[in-house]
Amino acid sequence: MTVAEIANYASWALLLGGSFFLLVGGIGVLRLPDVYARLHAAGVTDTLGTFLILAGLGIQAGFSLISFKLLLILAFMWMTSPVASHALAQASLYAGRKPQLKANHVSKQSAAAFSLPAVEPGEKAED
Amino acid sequence: MSGHFSTLLLSFGAASVLGVVYIALRKGIVDIEGTPYEIGFSILIYWPWLFIEIVKANIDVTKRILAPSLNISPTLFTLKSSQHSDLGKVLYANSITLTPGTVTVAIEGDEFLVHALSEDAAKDLEEGTMDRKVSAAEHERKNAKIARGDA
Repeated sequence: MTVAEIANYASWALLLGGSFFLLVGGIGVLRLPDVYARLHAAGVTDTLGTFLILAGLGIQAGFSLISFKLLLILAFMWMTSPVASHALAQASLYAGRKPQLKANHVSKQSAAAFSLPAVEPGEKAED
Repeated sequence: MSGHFSTLLLSFGAASVLGVVYIALRKGIVDIEGTPYEIGFSILIYWPWLFIEIVKANIDVTKRILAPSLNISPTLFTLKSSQHSDLGKVLYANSITLTPGTVTVAIEGDEFLVHALSEDAAKDLEEGTMDRKVSAAEHERKNAKIARGDA
């Protein structure tokens, strides 16, 4: 096998792996119970899914301006997607959407500091 | 970025940058946030570690999503952060959110409110390994703070 062939196979493996994680993210968004849990599934898509796809494309592009641009796309994705997730989680919490919890380890004092709505473990989400 | 390196285009770029800097200076919105000296080159040690954590967390969340029983135990908890600068806290909070399975919901002072997909992920964070690594990345350039006069 030539180097180009090996690079090609590696790129395919990365692209397929990335597709797998994107798919898992999608399945997770459908299966998980509430907004907060679904954010975690979206996180899979945002981090490893994006990384593997862009890495696969980067190998296809070789060492060039295009792969540098792909690296920048990855950097911006990884810097902005947590901000978006956090904003979404905070907005839905303060809009009064209660998370469906197995355990709540927030002390009364902290709950007051965060002006949290009271959430009991095991409470059913409204949707 | 476009692959064009002609003098004309490059001078347009330089002129635009100078224009923006001039407007920003006139408006007085150039502040310390524009020059994040708290984080030094030690971030280059932190990033690979964070990347490995992200891969591990991805595999964990993937397993939970694909498990027929949907093996999750959503947990809400608070976390103390040990960073002294706002930028350090942002780095920590963003690292938590970037790692699948945990999302920082709110920050109040040095306390983070975190939602985790599973109690195991919550326990991992409470051990504080990531907190220490972020603080280590932050403390590298502490003398920059002293030089600035607000230490």
